[in-house]
Amino acid sequence: MIPTWAQLLYLAGAVAFILALKGLSGPKTARMGNLIGAGAAVLACAIPFFYVDDMKHVPLILAAIAVGSAGGFYGARVVQMTQMPQMVALFNGVGGGAAALVALVELHEIVELDHAGLDVETFVLVATAFTVLVGAVSFAGSIITFAKLQELMTSRPVVFPGLPVVFGGSLIGAVVLSVLLVREPSMTLGIVLALVGLLVGVLLVLPVGGADVPIVISLLNAFTGLTVAAGGYVLSNTLLLVAGTLVGASGTFLTLLMAGAMGRSVANILFGALKGGSTLGAGEASDRPVRSAGPEDVAILLGYADKVIIVPGYGLAVAQAQHTLRELVDVLSARGIEVDYAIHPVAGRMPGHMNVLLAEAQVPYEQLIEMDEINGEFKNTDVVLVVGANDVVNPAARTTPSAPIYGMPILNADEAKQVVFLKRSMRPGFAGIENELLFNPTTTLLFGDAKDTLGKVLTAVKAL
Amino acid sequence: MSEGVVWLTIFILSVFVGIEVISKVSSTLHTPLMSGANAIHGVILLGAILVTGSTDNNIALVVGLVAIVLAAVNMVGGFVVTDRMLQMFVRKKPATSDAGKADA
Repeated sequence: MIPTWAQLLYLAGAVAFILALKGLSGPKTARMGNLIGAGAAVLACAIPFFYVDDMKHVPLILAAIAVGSAGGFYGARVVQMTQMPQMVALFNGVGGGAAALVALVELHEIVELDHAGLDVETFVLVATAFTVLVGAVSFAGSIITFAKLQELMTSRPVVFPGLPVVFGGSLIGAVVLSVLLVREPSMTLGIVLALVGLLVGVLLVLPVGGADVPIVISLLNAFTGLTVAAGGYVLSNTLLLVAGTLVGASGTFLTLLMAGAMGRSVANILFGALKGGSTLGAGEASDRPVRSAGPEDVAILLGYADKVIIVPGYGLAVAQAQHTLRELVDVLSARGIEVDYAIHPVAGRMPGHMNVLLAEAQVPYEQLIEMDEINGEFKNTDVVLVVGANDVVNPAARTTPSAPIYGMPILNADEAKQVVFLKRSMRPGFAGIENELLFNPTTTLLFGDAKDTLGKVLTAVKAL
Repeated sequence: MSEGVVWLTIFILSVFVGIEVISKVSSTLHTPLMSGANAIHGVILLGAILVTGSTDNNIALVVGLVAIVLAAVNMVGGFVVTDRMLQMFVRKKPATSDAGKADA
């Protein structure tokens, strides 16, 4: 039995997690919120050492904690800001894996109790099966997500004939195994269930295209939260139950928010490719004529404008050009030109990712304007400079119902007097569809690596 | 009230709290919030410690230790990476006085 003082501390931990999430949802309180969460989590993990009378293997446990903490700390410190999304996916995956393993160890205890003739509550078994299955789904799904974002495999949707059948079959298999496990607990069933869970996780994420992967990370994050909650019930631990449920609920809500920002439903994101929907993109360069220009021409366009809006995209981050871009904006501002950054909610690889990247380059927070606020201003803008972005200004989202991004709100860059694209090539964006805006008469293209070309534009503007 | 109902009550109330506390988040903070929530479920480390500390079986011990390592990666890595992201939001003025505080 858990002593009252420990239960009260668990309660305090649960409250701290609520405050942490609350803090994380406001810009001023976010960092404090995260620290509260971290402090509560560390203290919570110390509690069992003080009340479990005959805790075994303490040195080994401490060593394992040290190894894991060092690994997590190192990974979190060295990761590039551009690689943040896949890091979050990886951390989420190992969390899901840990939950599944915890449930398997607990299942081992349950099987022994069962053999000894003791009654095991049915609902405990249901929760155990749930934790094993969903934890394994979350683990495998997150690893595939990681591989897609890290470009260890193709980021395009992977579909093969019969995938829906195999996926449906493995889901049914998982349910049947869970029912069997609840009726007759056994280790073998538990392990097979975990393996089927891994298969379900892989099949769930394979058909999802790279641009939609962030939504999947958020969804799998919610899954892991729910497994932790179920694990808390199995272990009769209120803190795990509350913490897991908080993450499960807020993660699900956040997933819906993000999907809403892209104008897509979660079902469409997960299963769209199975219906042949988002495989439309050709992924090939077009050879239609475009108007391209040199850095000097672009410098003149920018240098003599009154109002400029920058649309940054993931390409900016890949080229590590955010610092050069900020310098250019500083020079333009010094010439008395009004310059703002238009931030699409899903610019970058995850919602809010672009804000993190630009904040890293010390762009003032006030210059970053969200889509809804800035969309009315494009028609009064002389030049829109699109740096490494594509899908977020693609008018196909408004006009082409068959496009995978159809319905996604976009930045109205096409309303400006001039549009300048900085692009590496004519290759389509992440969603794999052609951008009509590139062929507009008011559009100018400047080809090359963003950092390199921005540097040249910067020099040319300074010389004006 | 039976014990099962108590647990169900905690669960349902937590669902509402979880949605309510983040309902006003701006899209700017979606990524750090997701990352922070991700770190919070790393508290499964607590569960991993509890099951590992009570097992006598060698295989279960090994599995439990692996779970501890994975959970610690999730928890520590998650909070540290979230802090790194948020650090960038907070630094409004060019770093002058707290330049010494920033780690190398």
